[in-house]
Amino acid sequence: MNHVKRNALRAAFPHTIPILTGFLFLGMTYGIYMRSLGFSAVYPMVMSLTIFAGSMEFVAGKLLLGAFDPIQAAVLTLTLNARHLFYGISMLDKYKGAGEKKCYLIFGMCDETFSVNCSAQVPEGVDRGWFYFFVTLLDQLYWFTGAALGGLFGAMLPFNTQGLDFVMTAMFVVIFLEQWLKEERHASSLLGLGLSLLCLTVFGADGFLIPSMLAILAALTLMGRAEWKKEVPTA
Amino acid sequence: MTLTQRIITIAVIAACTMLTRFLPFFLISPGKPTPKYVQYLGRALPPAVFGLLVVYCLKGVSLFTGSHGIPELIAIGVVIVLHLWKRQMLLSIAGGTICYMLLVQLVF
Repeated sequence: MNHVKRNALRAAFPHTIPILTGFLFLGMTYGIYMRSLGFSAVYPMVMSLTIFAGSMEFVAGKLLLGAFDPIQAAVLTLTLNARHLFYGISMLDKYKGAGEKKCYLIFGMCDETFSVNCSAQVPEGVDRGWFYFFVTLLDQLYWFTGAALGGLFGAMLPFNTQGLDFVMTAMFVVIFLEQWLKEERHASSLLGLGLSLLCLTVFGADGFLIPSMLAILAALTLMGRAEWKKEVPTA
Repeated sequence: MTLTQRIITIAVIAACTMLTRFLPFFLISPGKPTPKYVQYLGRALPPAVFGLLVVYCLKGVSLFTGSHGIPELIAIGVVIVLHLWKRQMLLSIAGGTICYMLLVQLVF
């Protein structure tokens, strides 16, 4: 490994430590869950490599037990994962110039990887493309390792892990807070939090994701009209 | 489901997940200048998405049954106070998580 990659790996690793904890644990939970549904360890391993979208993989376990219905599987996946569209729009510029790594960066863009790559300040002198690459790769490795361990060895954890999944919530709270401390205006942060809470109250836990996204999109579009229209030539 | 049907189902889920991740990059070609509106969204969306993700993590919490979301509220408070105090990401996350684990295992 040349020094460009080694530097990037060294810079990226500390950013992934919370995800190391969270993904090993959640991945194991997922592996154990799949085993409890009656699948062999091969399923969580293959699915963590190919689908690599945590919450969807849990749903997929249930789907595989039901009647064969690829349309339902497609609709559910698109609904649950539509939030990735926002990640892509936010990362268009950052992932520009990553070369052939770009495909993998997009493939592996789960919630956690997106949050780290979108918010982290890549240190001076570190190659951005490789930094993003190692965050993505390490995160997927953690998830796969967890899923494999859970699938193979089941519930053999030596200590009480109840509540450990809160590590992901804590990470998102810190990333939100960091963003808040960095920005001058809090309109977008407040809208994201407020509209999502509102939609959660109105539509409930299973149906609030898409309404929240639409509400956020509408609010940001209206709010920023002056900003994004000013340079468009008028007829 | 037969094995083939299972493989098809997994492939459909993987393909649809990829579609949601790749679509913006397909629609906006790197050669041409990105439309002003999309550039604006790229700047304005992340803070709102971080807010959405926090809510997404907490969507299963019920305020009216069980522990009424009190452990979550306390642990998030600990995360915020620790982070404003030391501004050490790992410390804030670890502190909040340990606090939450102690609360749900020993108190609630």
